[in-house]
Amino acid sequence: MGEYKVDAEKLKKLGDFIEGLEYAEGELINILREAQEMFGYLPMDVQLFIARKLGIPAAKVYGVATFYSYFTMTPRGKHVISVCLGTACFVKGADRIVEEFRKQLNIKEGTISEDGMYTLDSIRCVGACGLAPVVIVDGKVHGRVKPEDVAAIIRGINEDESGEQMLVKQNVQ
Amino acid sequence: MSKIHLTINGLPVEADKGMTIVDAAKIVNITIPTLCHLNIHDIKMVNRTASCRVCLVEVKGRRNLAPACATEVVEGMEVRTDTLRAVKARRTMVELLLSDHPTDCLVCERNQNCQLQKIAAELGIRKIKYEGVRSNHTKDSTSDALYRNPDKCIKCRRCETMCNEVQTVGIYSAVQKGFETIVSPAFGLPMVDTQCVYCGQCTQVCPTAALTEVSHIAKVWEVLADEDLHVVVQTAPSIRVTLGEKYDMPPGEDVTGKMVAALRRLGFDKVFDTNFGADVTIVEEANEFIERLKNGGRMPILTSCCPSWVKFIEHQFPNLIDIPSSCKSPHMILGVLSKTYYAEKYNIDPKKIIMVSIMPCIAKKYEVTREELTNNGLRNVDHVITTRELIGMLSEAGIDFKNLPDEEFDNPLGISTGAADIFGTTGGVIEAALRTAYEWMTDRELENVDFHSVRGMDGLKEASVDINGMEVKIGVAHGLGNARELLKAIEKGQAHYHAIEIMACPGGCIDGGGQPYHMGDIELVKARAAGLYKIDKGKTLRKSHTNPDVIKLYKEYLGEIGGHRAHELLHTHFKVREKI
Ligand code: SF4
Ligand code: SF4
Ligand code: SF4
Ligand code: FES
Repeated sequence: MGEYKVDAEKLKKLGDFIEGLEYAEGELINILREAQEMFGYLPMDVQLFIARKLGIPAAKVYGVATFYSYFTMTPRGKHVISVCLGTACFVKGADRIVEEFRKQLNIKEGTISEDGMYTLDSIRCVGACGLAPVVIVDGKVHGRVKPEDVAAIIRGINEDESGEQMLVKQNVQ
Repeated sequence: MSKIHLTINGLPVEADKGMTIVDAAKIVNITIPTLCHLNIHDIKMVNRTASCRVCLVEVKGRRNLAPACATEVVEGMEVRTDTLRAVKARRTMVELLLSDHPTDCLVCERNQNCQLQKIAAELGIRKIKYEGVRSNHTKDSTSDALYRNPDKCIKCRRCETMCNEVQTVGIYSAVQKGFETIVSPAFGLPMVDTQCVYCGQCTQVCPTAALTEVSHIAKVWEVLADEDLHVVVQTAPSIRVTLGEKYDMPPGEDVTGKMVAALRRLGFDKVFDTNFGADVTIVEEANEFIERLKNGGRMPILTSCCPSWVKFIEHQFPNLIDIPSSCKSPHMILGVLSKTYYAEKYNIDPKKIIMVSIMPCIAKKYEVTREELTNNGLRNVDHVITTRELIGMLSEAGIDFKNLPDEEFDNPLGISTGAADIFGTTGGVIEAALRTAYEWMTDRELENVDFHSVRGMDGLKEASVDINGMEVKIGVAHGLGNARELLKAIEKGQAHYHAIEIMACPGGCIDGGGQPYHMGDIELVKARAAGLYKIDKGKTLRKSHTNPDVIKLYKEYLGEIGGHRAHELLHTHFKVREKI
């Protein structure tokens, strides 16, 4: 069968995971969850791999993957930045904020930065119009954001990131 | 069997255990409307998604209305189908379906033949009560064979059951959720990029026009109107026993004569018979079989007349790809002969010959586009239309089919034996091959040509025939799920046959994806098969190798059976395909 255009090593791990299951056929959701954890999302080839491994139609796997909003078929960055494009935010210049993020994060097309670190999303009104324009970073709300604030927000994410890494290192020691 | 006693609308009913309320109601002549429900027992197609809810009834003691199609009867049950609440609920369900359904019945290919339309009429729905957001999905004709129009889908999921469980091809699944739900191939791929084999069985069970064939009627009108072209036509074995249904003739009635007359009136220059091609297929295939047997070639040999089945093995069983016979399918054989043998004999420029095939089949629309099925740079067959499309053309042309005189096929590709007639039903191809192989191998006349054990609707059939003291074992499968079982056993070395016939459609071509909709009535399909066996029985010539025009063809043109020229024109090859 055709080559899979995804990381072969991860695929092998996923294969081992499936083989380790006692009733793999009944655990499609569990397998998809594991796969999404490994790959960050569920590319078509990964779904095909799972379907063939379980001997079930690819359409079934796709059916389940699209039914639960937890699963995604587009890659997500490690950090998710969502800019509200509701009416209030929009009139307050949310589009310029999106532009600024794109520039600074080097996102030319689509929604994910080249290094896979950031996803730039747009959302509909979050009901915080008083704070317009609103940006949500990894669940944390930033209000009245101006283009000049973008650099600081990104710095904030990166600081958290290195802090986290230090924490991990300390734990290892 | 123990009996269950209940009442429906106050009438006492004695039903069998395991019956649904819908079936029990029939006993007392009460029809409960159904839409998603479909149970075709003989081919193991049971759709019990209970998704449409147009069959809601009241059951005493239950708070909610019950879907009658999915509720089994129990002792003492009191069912009412006629209360205001039940009647209203059923109407509402249909009204909700209509709220998201295109209202272009007037120009719909299933107009007057649609189960949604029928139920709306039967429930007396006179206006669209709820104006929902209407879906607007991409229509898919990428395969040039199977047409998908998801806007007309009512999500009954019959196609999914047919494709996944009966045919085991597994193309469809319900995807997304809520209002967004659609029944779609994996990753929303266009049909042409999937492993769909275009058997069209999903179109036979789809209640609406969400799944139909890609129509090629317009192309056929166009070539017919072109004075410069020599347009010839051929009809598959099964068409002659299904075409009459539309004109209120009993199912299975042989309408060969009228069909030929009708095609002449449509303007075809010659009307040929695919059956002639079938006789040629048999002499080539029987010869191939004997050669393989003699030279220790790979066994079993598999028939290759069904393009769906060929595509199935190409996707699903790459390591068995060298076992089907290399013979082209009968209509392709007839096609290539019309552009070589016939063209030369009658001095017609083959480039001007257009071959149109009238087929029971959707897969044959795809088959004619396969690149290797060309000779001298010309396609073996140019256009394929289904029985349903032919009916459409006849009505457009205003032809009064029932009162046409009987006419005969044209020479030199018009005479056939009874062996060719039975090609249209499961078991028929192998029976035809046996008749010829037996006589060639034994040099004796076969007196009783009827092989009853390979006939009938059983999914898997077997026969063994003593030929020169050797037990030749035959297998037959129809419906791709049955074929898969058989092939798996062969792959594992658990089944030992010398020859196997496979047809993708349950019952064979008489139940092809392009035949008049049977609406789940399998008795109709059985009557069509009986019709073919009757034609066979009525013929003097019943063995392909005794067809005088086939003998002439080899003598005048092809040379030896299985020889160089025969190979060049009548044989082909297969290729491994991806599995999505
Ligand atoms: S044509 Fe046959 S293989 Fe294709 S989707 Fe329909 S049932 Fe499945
Ligand atoms: S395509 Fe036809 S058979 Fe399939 S779910 Fe839709 S309406 Fe039902
Ligand atoms: S069984 Fe006949 S009608 Fe069905 S796909 Fe095969 S050739 Fe076509
Ligand atoms: S027919 Fe009963 S739920 Fe559809």
